[in-house]
Amino acid sequence: MNNFLLLPIIIPFFFGMILMFGQKNLKYQRTFSLLGIGIALISAISLLIKVKNDGIQKVTFGNWPVPFGITMVSDMVSVLLVTTTLLIAFFVVWYGFGSITKERERFFYYPGIMFILTGVNGAFTTGDIFNLFVFFEVLLMASYLLIVLGGEKGQLKGSIKYILINVISSALFVITVAFLYSVVGTLNMADIAVKIAEVNQPGIVTVIAVLFLMVFGLKAAIFPLYFWLPTSYASAPIPVLTLFGALLTKVGIYAITRTYTLFFVHDLSYTHDLLMALAIATIIAGCIGALAYFDIKLIIIYNIVIAVGVILFGVSQMNEASLKGAMFYLVHDMLIKAALFMLIGIIIYITGTSDLRKMGGLMKKYPTLGWFYLIAAFGLAGIPPLSGFVGKLLIAQGGFEAGSMWSSIFILASSLLVLLSVIRIFLYAFWGEEKATTGTVDKKIYKTLFVPTVLLVLITVAYGVGAEWITPFMDDAAKLLYDPSIYIDAVMKED
Amino acid sequence: MKTNDVIIQFTAKIVFFIIFFFSIHIFLAGHYTPGGGFVGGLLTSSAIVLLVLAFDLNTVRHVLPINYTYLTAIGLLLALATAAFPMFLGKPFFTHFFDYFNLPLLGKQSLHTAMLFDSGVYLVVVGVTMTIIQTIGEDE
Repeated sequence: MNNFLLLPIIIPFFFGMILMFGQKNLKYQRTFSLLGIGIALISAISLLIKVKNDGIQKVTFGNWPVPFGITMVSDMVSVLLVTTTLLIAFFVVWYGFGSITKERERFFYYPGIMFILTGVNGAFTTGDIFNLFVFFEVLLMASYLLIVLGGEKGQLKGSIKYILINVISSALFVITVAFLYSVVGTLNMADIAVKIAEVNQPGIVTVIAVLFLMVFGLKAAIFPLYFWLPTSYASAPIPVLTLFGALLTKVGIYAITRTYTLFFVHDLSYTHDLLMALAIATIIAGCIGALAYFDIKLIIIYNIVIAVGVILFGVSQMNEASLKGAMFYLVHDMLIKAALFMLIGIIIYITGTSDLRKMGGLMKKYPTLGWFYLIAAFGLAGIPPLSGFVGKLLIAQGGFEAGSMWSSIFILASSLLVLLSVIRIFLYAFWGEEKATTGTVDKKIYKTLFVPTVLLVLITVAYGVGAEWITPFMDDAAKLLYDPSIYIDAVMKED
Repeated sequence: MKTNDVIIQFTAKIVFFIIFFFSIHIFLAGHYTPGGGFVGGLLTSSAIVLLVLAFDLNTVRHVLPINYTYLTAIGLLLALATAAFPMFLGKPFFTHFFDYFNLPLLGKQSLHTAMLFDSGVYLVVVGVTMTIIQTIGEDE
């Protein structure tokens, strides 16, 4: 029994409610949203240290015994993701001060962000499969608000697609949980894992595993279920896009990782091979998209799809090295995608267009921006000692250990295409002839955009260079994913 | 042509109170019989909607000067406060308490903190429903 692990969920929720008052007072809205995320971030970091020292934390609501109440479990995997989420949200909100329009800020933009954080953190922390659904809905409802807020034509078009897809996938989620409940008769995730192990995963459970892959794959944008993502995401304003790109698909990845390492571990040759095949197809689809477009938003958006494939490939190999790599890469990808979206947001702000062919020669006027973009691009591709390196190395190592020789080589080769796709932005936008820019650049706004972006890029650099200090945390997370009994024992034992 | 809707306005005034008191009954009886905060809230808002139909939005807003956004936020705060209160007593989140009290007039009654949570739900449901209806109603 320990309520401390709930603070990263409750604090954004509480501040979201407070921000519903004083809707027109911008100063109040901005101060309190930053303050709320700041406090939540501090509590998440202390929770991270506590989990590192004392092991898995859990609380069952309402003082009920374990399989009967809703259990919230904070293990190393979830606490790492919660901390990263709040860290990114802090910088995105700060960046939003210069980027989001005042009309949007006055119309529940900040409560929307707070509720999305509640949903994301809750989904990472929950230990109950139906509660996971509820938190998915919390974050989706808030994301519907954020994607449509402003009511421009493109946004309306993108959001109707987004809402439609998510309503369908949510309905499928409920159906899948109903199937699972009728087979195992419990909703607590640790208890489900025990019950599935007892019946030794018959065919029906494998079917449910594939259904879960479809549900979470729709949220996480795996091949062939990623079709809605590019156009929907491209319609959102930059800070919202950053938040979505960095957090929302990652919740789907987390859910796949959790279910495929905790529940469905008895028929690996079917479920995990399917996951591997889909992951590789996802990378191919993402690479094609990332190279095909001249729109910088779409290039980075397709890079989300590639990263989804890489992380899930790591999960599908099911050995300690690859799972550790997947965790490393997941946190790296959240940070670097946020940084990249923020950087291209600045480029779009300066040039007034998102078309690569219409921009050029930014290097003369904005050299620091150019070099920071280059660092972020190298980090994304995984050039040592930057942040993407360790994760991809471990994933490839895990792949070789599991005997998937060619697919691991393919993962390594795909890094080249990733690098090519982001370097193209650098070549077109920063080098070459200086082109006339339509946007007028306000020094003060530029500074508000630039400072949080640079700080986030520096954090990703520190994440890569300081991999030595992060490794113990990732080791714990990988052990936990590799051996589900650690999680089950921690949750099921009486305290 | 000016329509004369004296009958619907007169009936609405009476039926409003019947629906409203029934919604309070449903809300309070939720622990032992079907009902609770959600249906209670919906019934209350349907009573207000009846007023909106019989009169018009501005009249109703004049009679019930409630900011429904704030009502929603207050309901959420009440629900969170009820759930978070046990944290300060060293109990898990969402632990409820109950006891028997001798109330004047009503006699021996059990009071349960789940009631406070339900009041939060009730306020949120009323707030959200009325916000939806008002916003769509006054949209040109």
